Amino acid sequence: MIVIKVLTNPSTNNLTNNQYYMEHIVIIGNGISGVTLARHVRKLSNKKITIVSTETDYFFSRTALMYIYMGHMKFEYTQPYENWFWKKNRIELKKGYVKNVDTNNKTLQFAEGDSLEYDKLVIAAGSKPNKFGWVGQDLEGVMGMYHKQDLDKLEEYAPNNEICKRAVIVGGGLIGIELAEMLNSRSIPVTFLVRESSFWNGVLPIGESEMINRHIKSHHIDLRLSTNLKEIKSDENGKVKSVIIEETGEEIPCNVVGLTAGVSPNVDFLKDSEIELGRGVKVNRFLETNIKDVYAIGDCAEQHEAIGNRRPIEAVWYTGRMMGETLAQTICGNHIEYKPGHWFNSAKFMDIEYQTYGWVFSERNKKDEEAHFHWKHEDDTKCITVAYHKDTNKFLGINTFGIRMRHETFDTWLTEERDVDYVINNLSEANFDPEFYNKFEKDILSAYNQNLQTA
Amino acid sequence: MSNKINHSMSLAKPDALDITTKQKVALAIGITGLFILTLALLNTNFPNKALFLTLSLGFIIIGTVIYSREAYLTKLEGIKNDGQWFKSISSRGVWGWILGLVLTSFYIVLYFYPKYLGLRQGVDGGNTGLISLFDPLSQLLSGRNASQWFVYGTLYTLAILAFGYKFILKYRHNRYQQIRTVSVMFFQLGFAFLIPEFMYVMNNDLPYYDLKSIWPLNYYLFDEWSVNAFLSNGNIGLALLVFGILSIFVITPILTYKFGKRFYCSWVCGCGGLAETAGDSFRHLSSKKISAWKLERWLVHSVLVFSVVMTTAMVYTYLGYDKNDFWLTRDVFISFIIGFLTLVFVSVMYFKRQELGKDARAGAIGFFITIVLLLILHFTGTTEHVFYIKSGALRSAYGIYIGSIFSGVIGTGFYPILGNRAWCRFGCPMAAILGFQQRLFSKFRITTNGGQCISCGNCSNSCEMGIDVRHYAQKGENIVRSSCVGCGICSAVCPRGVLKLENDSMKGRINPTEILLGNDVNLMDLVNQK
Repeated sequence: MIVIKVLTNPSTNNLTNNQYYMEHIVIIGNGISGVTLARHVRKLSNKKITIVSTETDYFFSRTALMYIYMGHMKFEYTQPYENWFWKKNRIELKKGYVKNVDTNNKTLQFAEGDSLEYDKLVIAAGSKPNKFGWVGQDLEGVMGMYHKQDLDKLEEYAPNNEICKRAVIVGGGLIGIELAEMLNSRSIPVTFLVRESSFWNGVLPIGESEMINRHIKSHHIDLRLSTNLKEIKSDENGKVKSVIIEETGEEIPCNVVGLTAGVSPNVDFLKDSEIELGRGVKVNRFLETNIKDVYAIGDCAEQHEAIGNRRPIEAVWYTGRMMGETLAQTICGNHIEYKPGHWFNSAKFMDIEYQTYGWVFSERNKKDEEAHFHWKHEDDTKCITVAYHKDTNKFLGINTFGIRMRHETFDTWLTEERDVDYVINNLSEANFDPEFYNKFEKDILSAYNQNLQTA
Repeated sequence: MSNKINHSMSLAKPDALDITTKQKVALAIGITGLFILTLALLNTNFPNKALFLTLSLGFIIIGTVIYSREAYLTKLEGIKNDGQWFKSISSRGVWGWILGLVLTSFYIVLYFYPKYLGLRQGVDGGNTGLISLFDPLSQLLSGRNASQWFVYGTLYTLAILAFGYKFILKYRHNRYQQIRTVSVMFFQLGFAFLIPEFMYVMNNDLPYYDLKSIWPLNYYLFDEWSVNAFLSNGNIGLALLVFGILSIFVITPILTYKFGKRFYCSWVCGCGGLAETAGDSFRHLSSKKISAWKLERWLVHSVLVFSVVMTTAMVYTYLGYDKNDFWLTRDVFISFIIGFLTLVFVSVMYFKRQELGKDARAGAIGFFITIVLLLILHFTGTTEHVFYIKSGALRSAYGIYIGSIFSGVIGTGFYPILGNRAWCRFGCPMAAILGFQQRLFSKFRITTNGGQCISCGNCSNSCEMGIDVRHYAQKGENIVRSSCVGCGICSAVCPRGVLKLENDSMKGRINPTEILLGNDVNLMDLVNQK
């Protein structure tokens, strides 16, 4: 099953004339980006590979941390590879915190005192939760929900609704709603502070965003829109006692505060190095930094210029994986650009699944020529938004909630530059719901046709 | 045992997810039902057995129904796995082990010491104890007293119906799960429980025959007593016997080709039915390690070889030598079996050699062992002895080790320890045959949705057959595994809509990829076409 073929042909090791010398690839970070890179380098070459991490011994799926707290899974099930996998594939794992990167001597210095030499260095250190300098943001009981350590902390401070009588979540994004779902699973009352006037409306069009608002509330979560955090108050032991709302001055007693106002690249340890930093590690399209033989991938990489409609920093599972797949080629001698295909993403908002293919922008961010067709089912848990060019009718992208759709179909349609009529008329081809599910393509089509007549 | 940090040794964990008062009442009602059964087991002589049996079974059903409604209908539709790894009973905690012990003891008594259940222990040869409590129901259905198998069948059916209802509520947003569960409830109630009783009423010489229980799962179907019973019952008996043969050689291959083995394992089969309903709370306990997979493949195929050889041996012993007695002589029979197996083996090697890869060797070993055993059988077997062992002893050993201990005691008794499909996965020869067809000749697969997998592991966690679903999903590869019973839970729990059970064309069914959809198209072409 998980067996990786090893190519022993020394000619793939083309950067050195000495075929007995194994080039040493050191990867900082054992997340999806770094691990994907390591796996692909191992497939393509015989190089020595070391993955450095301070978080956990083995790679785990960060996106699955929530399911551990909810009791759906054990931590070991979030690890995609069994523990013997690394030794078998000769991927060395080093636990340690990188304090300094000396690019002149190609050496990493660890906080633990030891050091490690590399021939090529890949920075895949991921993100860290944002903190915006709120008063009390470092109190006991205040946490992000990003690292394994955050999960351990949550288990300590919010094991049940007797120890944690209420939790306040600050920041209405994907991690915020996941944290709300987690706490909800243990019947801990949640107040959810969202700065925007509607949940995630910088990304989602308003019809979708409002449906999710209602869905959050139907789970008995105290959703506060257009609400900012002013400060977090401490009790006499330095633990969280309450939060104060900026707009109203209201004090909400709570035992846990989750800070989920986005993430930013985890690059502080590189501040004293010669590697060029912006918000993240600056890279070109080949994922190379300003220093030869130093690369950056995943959440912490920042493109000099954004690729297409993408952001310069893409903190998404899939893009991290793609960068790993791509850079492995470059490192093994096939110098290629990072050239991601059509945008796609997915998430789950409590019970409602969300997928997106191509580009659908929110009202806040969309350009004038982007028009939307929106359909929502009367049960208020399913809807789609199709974006198209209002002059050429070219299909730009789709957001789908509560209806699964086929990645491959939309990828093909986007490549073929289909128009919106074609997409709506052939939507059933893209359906990916389980067998025997109710189908809504007819409803969608008739709503679309009605829309055309009234428009 | 639990994942939570503050481990507690107490039975009532201080922070276990609490059940509501209504659920406590429901539990009490259900336990009262079980208590009546326990009293009967301890030889309490109930004055009105029909009344107390009704009360007992009724309480169990009502308790389960109220409990389930409170558990699921008070919440929004969606995945309801909160706390499954925290609850003692479903995470190999103390309650899990206690339940396992109780079930295992029940099976041991049922199979080996039915007298303790009261089988024919009365002064007049009638039943006492637990079995006598079920006499009124058995009398009602078929006009005879209950046996331990009738008691077992009734409780088994009750479990599938009550927990099937619970399962339907748990997945009330998922029609695939609902329809599938109604199907196993129907087949259990009708085909396994009621129809055989009615067949007895119509013709009491017919052997008990659950039409959906197919050889080799129904390992005694071709035994001498069974075949004789069929043959002595004229056309109906003959028709049933022919149906039994057609089932394994014609009907199941066609259905497996069209729908995968799920049509049987998670829609029809009684063992599967119990696993999917009463066993649902334990599905995540199956081991996903590669070592478990290796063990599974050796074990389940060894059972298959054993079962083919044993059945052949059984038939062999009662066939004559002389053509004048009956056209089917030992020579004809053994040649036919060897010829058939060779035909299957050669065609698979010819058409599917590439797909099999390294497994071809294991398959060849299995085939040759079978043939050698059959030849030894032919050249050493007599009417009394096969493999130099008394044939009756061999047969009953097979019944005990496979039929009783493996499928019952370990298969069901160990639900809370090994997961709910331990028998189906490690021991069922029927599953091995259907799995072989599913892997090589079936339109069924679980399609992976492009590059959408986030490797979270919910799919693998909830796979009752211990398939590491994520291993395939995160590579964008369809899941085509012989063991998959198509329960569809991996697809249901996937938070990103990545998995879909489908019947589609055979072409491109197995599609391993290194670079997933969504990346540079040229890179995908470069790497994936290697």
